[in-house]
Amino acid sequence: MASGKKPTGFRVVGKPHRKVDATAKVTGVTRFADDLFLPRMLFAKLLRSPHPHARIVSIDTSKAAALPGVKAVLVGKDLPIPFGILPVSQDEHTLALDKVRFVGDPVAAVAATTEEAATQALDLITVEYEVLRAFPDALDAVEHPEPAIHDYADAGNIHKLIDLEFGDVEAGLAQADVVREDLFFFEGSTHLPMEQHAAVADWSADGKLTLWSATQTPHYVHRALAKVLELPAARIRVIACPNGGGFGGKSDPFSHEIAVAKLAMVTGRPVKVTLTREEVFYCHRGRHPTLMWVKTGLKKDGAITGMHFKSLLDGGGYGSYGVASTYYTGALQTVTYHVPQYRFQGARAFTNKPPCGPKRGHGTPQPRFALEVHLDKIAEQLGMDPAELRLKHLVPPNSLTANWLRIGTMGLGPCIEKVVRGSGWTQRFKQLPYGKGIGLACSSYITGAGLAIYWNAMPHSGVQLKCDRGGGVTVFCGSTEIGQGSDSILAMIVAEVLGLQPLDVAVVTGDTDLTPVDLGSYSSRVTLMTGNAAIQAAERARDVIALHAGKKLETPIDRVTFAEGRVFDVQDPERGLTFAEAVQLAEAAEGTIGTVGSYTPAPSAGKYRGAGVGPSPAYSYSACVAEVDVDPATGIVRVPKIWIAHDVGRVINAATVMGQIEGSVYMGLGEALMEEMAYRGNRNVVHKIPSLLEYKSPTTLEMCDVVTYVVEDPDPNGPFGAKECGQGPLLPVPPAVANAVYDAVGVRIDEVPITPEKVFKALRRKEKGEAGRFGPTAFPDIAWPEPIRVPPPWEGGDGRAVPGGARPGLAPGVRRR
Amino acid sequence: MLRLPSFTYLQPKVLQEALAMKADAGPDGMYVAGGTDLYPNMKRRHQEPRTVISLMGIPELAGCEMRDARCVVGSCMTLTDLSASPPVRRSAPAVAHAAELVSTPLLRNMGTLGGNLCLDTRCNYYNQSYEWRKAIDFCMKKDGHICWVAPSSPRCWAVSSSDVAPVMVALGADYVLVGPGGERVVPAARFYHNDGINYLTKQPDEVLAAVRLPAPDGWDAVYHKLRRRGSFDFPVLGVAAWVKWEQGAGSRERGRVVEARIVLGGVASWPQEVPEAGAALVGTDLSDEGVAAAADAAYRPAKPMDNTDFDLSWRKQMTRVYVARALAELGQRRRAAT
Repeated sequence: MASGKKPTGFRVVGKPHRKVDATAKVTGVTRFADDLFLPRMLFAKLLRSPHPHARIVSIDTSKAAALPGVKAVLVGKDLPIPFGILPVSQDEHTLALDKVRFVGDPVAAVAATTEEAATQALDLITVEYEVLRAFPDALDAVEHPEPAIHDYADAGNIHKLIDLEFGDVEAGLAQADVVREDLFFFEGSTHLPMEQHAAVADWSADGKLTLWSATQTPHYVHRALAKVLELPAARIRVIACPNGGGFGGKSDPFSHEIAVAKLAMVTGRPVKVTLTREEVFYCHRGRHPTLMWVKTGLKKDGAITGMHFKSLLDGGGYGSYGVASTYYTGALQTVTYHVPQYRFQGARAFTNKPPCGPKRGHGTPQPRFALEVHLDKIAEQLGMDPAELRLKHLVPPNSLTANWLRIGTMGLGPCIEKVVRGSGWTQRFKQLPYGKGIGLACSSYITGAGLAIYWNAMPHSGVQLKCDRGGGVTVFCGSTEIGQGSDSILAMIVAEVLGLQPLDVAVVTGDTDLTPVDLGSYSSRVTLMTGNAAIQAAERARDVIALHAGKKLETPIDRVTFAEGRVFDVQDPERGLTFAEAVQLAEAAEGTIGTVGSYTPAPSAGKYRGAGVGPSPAYSYSACVAEVDVDPATGIVRVPKIWIAHDVGRVINAATVMGQIEGSVYMGLGEALMEEMAYRGNRNVVHKIPSLLEYKSPTTLEMCDVVTYVVEDPDPNGPFGAKECGQGPLLPVPPAVANAVYDAVGVRIDEVPITPEKVFKALRRKEKGEAGRFGPTAFPDIAWPEPIRVPPPWEGGDGRAVPGGARPGLAPGVRRR
Repeated sequence: MLRLPSFTYLQPKVLQEALAMKADAGPDGMYVAGGTDLYPNMKRRHQEPRTVISLMGIPELAGCEMRDARCVVGSCMTLTDLSASPPVRRSAPAVAHAAELVSTPLLRNMGTLGGNLCLDTRCNYYNQSYEWRKAIDFCMKKDGHICWVAPSSPRCWAVSSSDVAPVMVALGADYVLVGPGGERVVPAARFYHNDGINYLTKQPDEVLAAVRLPAPDGWDAVYHKLRRRGSFDFPVLGVAAWVKWEQGAGSRERGRVVEARIVLGGVASWPQEVPEAGAALVGTDLSDEGVAAAADAAYRPAKPMDNTDFDLSWRKQMTRVYVARALAELGQRRRAAT
C-alpha cells in the first residue's frame, strides 16, 4: 500500500519533552507496587539464612504457624521446582530446598494479617543447619573445588569457563613493537534503586493469578511463575508496576515474587511483600567483582597487533545472568579500537555471597576500566597523546570485528574530539600543577542484546495500536517503565508518525494480559526495539487512515500528510481533516482501527558457541574527560568536572537523553570513588554495610559538574536512527578518573573504587622508591578448556569455530591484514 | 519494610511531668527528643522501650539565653536552630559549625543538641538489623556476649560519633542534668565514659536539660570533620581544637598559647582528649613546629578500630593531618586578627 507522505523534518522527535508520567511521579500519584492495598490483604516476610553455606537438616514451622494472625508458612519443599533467569542456570529455589548459599538466602515465607505478626513469626521458625565451609571470594573458590556450592559447574566451584580465540594472538604479539601486561580489579557494587522491591499477588476464585511487581522483566517473571507454580501461563497475569529505579537489579525473577504468589494461592487472600533495604542488598544481582589480566601488543604508532584478556568474576551464590556477564567481560574489547587478533579467557566462580548479575553496563564496565587504563599506560610508554592513540586506530563503521560483531555507525571519533576540545585537553594534560589532573577514556555499549534470554524465533518486542474514533491513540507494549522514559518514547514515536502530540497518546505497558511481549528493560534495548515496533504499528495505522482520508479529500495518497492533529494535503494544507475525522472515515470503511508492529534483531554474524553475547543492532559510543583534585596528604580524590560526549545515533527525547547521560556519569562516579559491596569474610561472610547510610554512594555534594555533548549519526537499525544512552555513558567514567589521578599525582590506582586509602598507600610507596601503584599483583592459574578457535573475518571463515587443535590460516609471523 | 515496634508515646508539658512519667515507666521507659537516633535504633531493636517520653514539648528545654556572659543552650534546640543561633555563633562559633556538620539538613531539622550529645555509640557490628546481628550471634552491646571488633576485649568498642560532643569537651562546657534528686552540673568531659555500652555518666532517669558554654575569655576553637561524603555521614574522625591565647600581649608579638585542648571524635567510645597534644602547644604561637608536635602527639594514642567506614590504619594516619589542619586554622585566625 502506498504510504502517506512523511512531513519534512521532525515535529516531536529530537526535542525535549516532559515524560508522560512525570506529573504523576512528582505529585505522588504514581502507584508503585508498595502503594497497592487490596481488601483482606496479608503481609509476607521471608526468613533468611544466617549462614553463608550450610545444609538444611530440618525446619520446624509449627510455632510460627500457631501464632495469632499467621495464615500460612511455606518452606522449600512447598515449591520444589527450580528457576533462574538463564535456561543454563536454573539453580534457584523460591525457598532453599536443602542448602543455603549466602547470608540472606530465603528459607521460609510467612503470610500474616500484619507485617508485625509476620516478622514475629520468623523468630518462631526453628531451622537446624549443618554448617559448611564458606567461600568468601573468587580466589578462594578457584583454589578449593570442595565443598561444591552447586552440584553443577564447569569445574569445582568455577561456574563457567570460557576460552575463545579469534586468530593467532601469539603471532600478533610477536609482531608488536611494544607488549604490555597489566592487572586490574573492579570491585562489586549494587544498583541502589530508591524503591525497595515489592510485590503483591492475588489469586482469584476462578483460579487466576495476578502479580503486581517492581520488575524490569514481566515476561521472564511470567515464565518463571508458570514453571514453578505449575500453572498454565494463560492463567497468570504479571503487571510490572512503575519501577522506582531498576538499573538491572529488578531483572531476575525473585523469590519474594514467587513466594507471595504461592502464599496467595494457599490462603486465597491477596499477599504483599515489601523488602527492607537490607533485603535489597541480598537480592543484589549487581556488578561482579572482577579480577582482570590484559596483555596487548602494539606497533610504535599505537596500532594493536594482538590482545589477550583474562577475567575472573566473583559470582556469588547463584547463576543469575552470570554466564552472560562472563561473556560480556570479553565481548566488547574489540568494538572501539581495531584488534586484529584477540583471545578471551573468562571464568566465573560461585562464592557464598548474594548473587551478582546485571548492573548498568552489564559485565562491560570492568574490562572497559582495565582496557582504558591499560591504553593510558601504553600511550605514555609510546610517548603518544592518549586521545591521538585512540583516534588513530578506531574501528571503522560498517565493519566486522575479530569476534564477528557487526559495527554499524561509529561516532567515537567525534566524541573524542568534542571532549578534547571542550576540556582544553591539549593545554592541560600533563601540564596541571601537582594534585590536579585530567584523564581521558572511551567506551561503547550495545543497543539491545541481539538474542533473547531463552532461544526462540519470535520478535523481541511487540506493539499494538488502537485508534479511537475520538482521535486518541492507545499504544500497548510489554515494555517496562523504570524511570528511563520508555513510556514517553512510545508516545513520542507514535505521535511523530501520526502527527499528534505525545500527550494525545495513551500508553499501556508491562502487563502480560494487555500488552504484547517485550522482553524487558535490560541491555539498553527498549528504545531501539520497542521504537522500531512502534514505528511499524504506527505506520500501518497511518497507511489505513491515509487511504480513506485521501479518498475523502480527493487527494493522491502520497500527498496525505499527518501533522498537528490533522490529516491534510501537503500541497494544499487547508484541504484536510482532523485526525479524529480521518480515524472515523477509516473505521467506517474498515472496522476498528488497530494495528500491530514488532521487531526482531537481525541474526548475528558470529556462529560459534558464545557468539550470542555481544551482537547488537547498534553500538553506542562515549568519550569522557575527568578532572580531579587529589589531596596528597590524605589521598582524597574529588572530581569537580566531567566532559562527556555520547554518540546516541539520533535523539528522540532530548530531555531524557541528557538525563540518562548525566545519570550514568553519576553512577560511574560512585563506582569510581566509593561504592563497594563489602563483606566480612572472617565473620560468617556477612554483608558489612547493608544500609543506605553505610553503603557509600555519592550525594549531590559529590556529584561533579557535567558538560554533555550529544553526537548524532543516525544508525539505520535504530528508530529514526536512535541508539542507546542509558548505560554506555557510565563506562568511561571510572577509567577516566583513574587516568586523571595518575595525571594529578603520578600514581596508578589499578582498581576501583579509588578510595583515599589506596591513593594514600600508593603515594607512600612512591615516596619510598617503590612502584607508585595500588592494585592486584597476580592472576590465578586456572585450568582453561581447549579454546574455541574462530578465524576473524579478515582470515576468511564464516563466523564458525574451526575444529580444535590446529590453528587455521597463515603461519605465525605472516601479516594478516 | 523495617517497622517500628509498638510503644506508648507520652508528651509531658513540663520537665517535672517528664521525670514522673519516667519514674512510672521504669526501665522500660526512655526519653526522646528529635528521635533521629532512637527511632532507627528501635527499628533495629537496639533499644526496646515500651514507653517513649518526648521532651520536645517542654519549654524549659527549648531555646537559649545569656546568663552571666555565658550562653546557656536548651538541650531540645534543634541542630538547625543551634547552627543558626546568633548567641551561639557569637559565643562559640565552633559549636554552631559542628552542629551544621551533623548528618543532613532534614535530620538537623529534627535532631537536637541533647540528642547529639547523648548519641548512642556506633559500630558496624551493632548498627544492623536484628536478623543481621543474629547471623553473627549478636554482640555484647545488644543481645550477645562478645565484642566482634576486638573479640578478646572485656568491653565494647562502639564509637562515640557525635560531632558536637568533642567541641563541648574541648571548650570545657558544663552540662546541666535534672533528675528526681534535682539538678546537678557536670563538666562535659565527665559526662562520658570510654565504654561503648556505658558511654554516659548520666543516669537513665536524668534529663540533659541544658549546656552552659564558657564565656569568651581569650579562647578560640575549631572543629574539623572527616567523613566519606559531604553530608549524611557520621564522623570517622572529628577534631575539636581549643586554645587560650596569652592576654595582653603587645600587638607586635602574636601571642602565645597558654592552654590548649585537643579532643578527638570517632576514634574511641568517648570524645577522646589527648592531653599530650594540648601540652605540646603551650607556649607556642601555633607555628609549624608546635603544630607538628601536637599533631604527632594526637596521632600516637588515637586507636581507631575496624568498625566504621574507611580503613583503620588510614584513619589513624589522618589524625595527624586533621589535627594539624585544625591548628593551622586557629593559627591563621589569630594572625589575621592581630
